[in-house]
Amino acid sequence: MNTLSAGRKVLLLLAVPVLLVAAWWAATADSTDFFWPPLSQIVGTFGETWFTGRFTADVLPSLARLLVGYLVAVALGVGLGTAIGSSRTLRGLLEPVLEFFRAIPSPVLVPILMLFAGIGNEMKVLVIVSGCVWPVLLNAVEGVRALDEVLRDTARCYRLRPHSRLVHLVLRGASPQIAAGARQALSIGIILMVISEMFAASNGVGFTIIQFQRSFAIPQMWTGIIMLGLIGIALSVIFRAAEARLLSWYTGLRMSQREG
Amino acid sequence: MTTAPIGAAARPESSTTMLDVRNLKKVYEGRGRSVEAVRDLTFTIASGELVCIVGPSGAGKTTLLRCVAGLLDSTAGEVVLEGERVTGPPPGMAVVFQEYGRSLFPWMTVRQNVELPLKEKKVPKAERQRLVREALEAVGLADAQGAHPWQLSGGMQQRVAIARAVAYEPHLLLMDEPFAAVDAQTRADLEDLVRSLWKRLGVTVLFVTHDIDESVYLGQRVIVLSDSPTVVLEEVTIDLPDERDQLVTRSLPRFAELRAHVYELIQQAKGGHRPAS
Ligand SMILES: Nc1ncnc2c1ncn2[C@@H]1O[C@H](COP(=O)(O)OP(=O)(O)OP(=O)(O)O)[C@@H](O)[C@H]1O
Ligand SMILES: [Mg+2]
Repeated sequence: MNTLSAGRKVLLLLAVPVLLVAAWWAATADSTDFFWPPLSQIVGTFGETWFTGRFTADVLPSLARLLVGYLVAVALGVGLGTAIGSSRTLRGLLEPVLEFFRAIPSPVLVPILMLFAGIGNEMKVLVIVSGCVWPVLLNAVEGVRALDEVLRDTARCYRLRPHSRLVHLVLRGASPQIAAGARQALSIGIILMVISEMFAASNGVGFTIIQFQRSFAIPQMWTGIIMLGLIGIALSVIFRAAEARLLSWYTGLRMSQREG
Repeated sequence: MTTAPIGAAARPESSTTMLDVRNLKKVYEGRGRSVEAVRDLTFTIASGELVCIVGPSGAGKTTLLRCVAGLLDSTAGEVVLEGERVTGPPPGMAVVFQEYGRSLFPWMTVRQNVELPLKEKKVPKAERQRLVREALEAVGLADAQGAHPWQLSGGMQQRVAIARAVAYEPHLLLMDEPFAAVDAQTRADLEDLVRSLWKRLGVTVLFVTHDIDESVYLGQRVIVLSDSPTVVLEEVTIDLPDERDQLVTRSLPRFAELRAHVYELIQQAKGGHRPAS
């Protein structure tokens, strides 16, 4: 019964992607358009394009920069967001500034950051941090502010020390909202990883795609785009698994509220 | 105003004072509007007593309780607990809130919820485990240790909150309409649970309720509040047998008399009656 429904779930999950791929395959099957090569040709070049050195030379450096930038952004966002969310004064002072910075699209920072941080890894990591930090920060502020009044009173009555209060009340209580911000930040991070490499780089997935495009290696360029999609899927699967572990209480709580 | 035997203070003279509320006044200052929730409250509670506070809805019961708990600053007057003036949540006090569901940490198991305050108090591990076990056994939840609060019924959640308070070994236990949102049968069980825990542990209990029957059934003394702005209308001594039983006690003629008396007081309070000062 259970394995059956699990099987069904997988089928449903894969149905649309399979249909789309099939449609792409069929539509381009006898394409002679230079910019729309047959999918069979793209798939055929995928292995040789990415697994003969480029994986370690380009994909891994991209992922490393993304990981560092993302983790720094999450740490910064949670730290600042918790501080701002906990203090009315800080919030009053910083809210207009935060709105301003949040409204600036991070890609426009690339040329500016290049001036300060050059065109190396630091610049790319900085670009990723500058884009990823906002959703985490703003969600952390909201999450901390929305902490239940009764829970706060409970923590005060039982005289929780500041450290326990932070760990057991504030961070745990805000964690669902922080996770929502971190999920947004992840997709922003992938976009910025690519964009930062398109401006100036000597390796990376984004850099490679631009190289293929400039040298009219069109099927290879398409494999790069597919590679990005696959990276996105893999990262989101990892994120969901981590979230499911950390927030299982929240899922259960929401389900019990819906039933009750 | 007092009918002869009712209200005669029958507290032993030698008892020490646990809680002393003196001329407490609380005015909520809002935007251009101020609400005088509590005007002037004075009463004392002796160590080991079980006192109920009853008053109409909006009488300022929660306000009073939050001032006593040190969660709210009073506008005037003072609260003295065990000889110390209350300025913030004092050690040795536990509160059971009306919103039981919201007072438990949903990311912790029942056991972790009960244990956390003990960890904060730096109770050694073995002792902590004993206290948690005994408290959960006392409220009949020994089997639910590993569950999360949201997996439990409302009455069970309230019992977890009570277990947490009991395991903390407070000198003063404050309860704010703790059973207002549970069904009648659960409520009767929880009332008996409070009585038995109080007897066993010798803790001082201040129990807030708007339910007249509940206050008379539970308390050794009932402090009747007027409606807002609040003053004490009368302190009624409940001279019922110490051994209380839902059926027997509630069908005693004396229970009916006391209940009627408190009821009358509250009716008068709604009519705007104030005690002559
Ligand atoms: N934070 C607040 N700001 C302004 N007014 C308040 C606040 N809290 C309570 N009040 C007012 O103070 C009065 C007493 O409220 P309180 O909650 O103490 O009453 P209560 O006796 O606990 O009522 P209930 O039985 O309904 O719980 C009410 O008129 C209420 O509107
Ligand atoms: Mg109330």
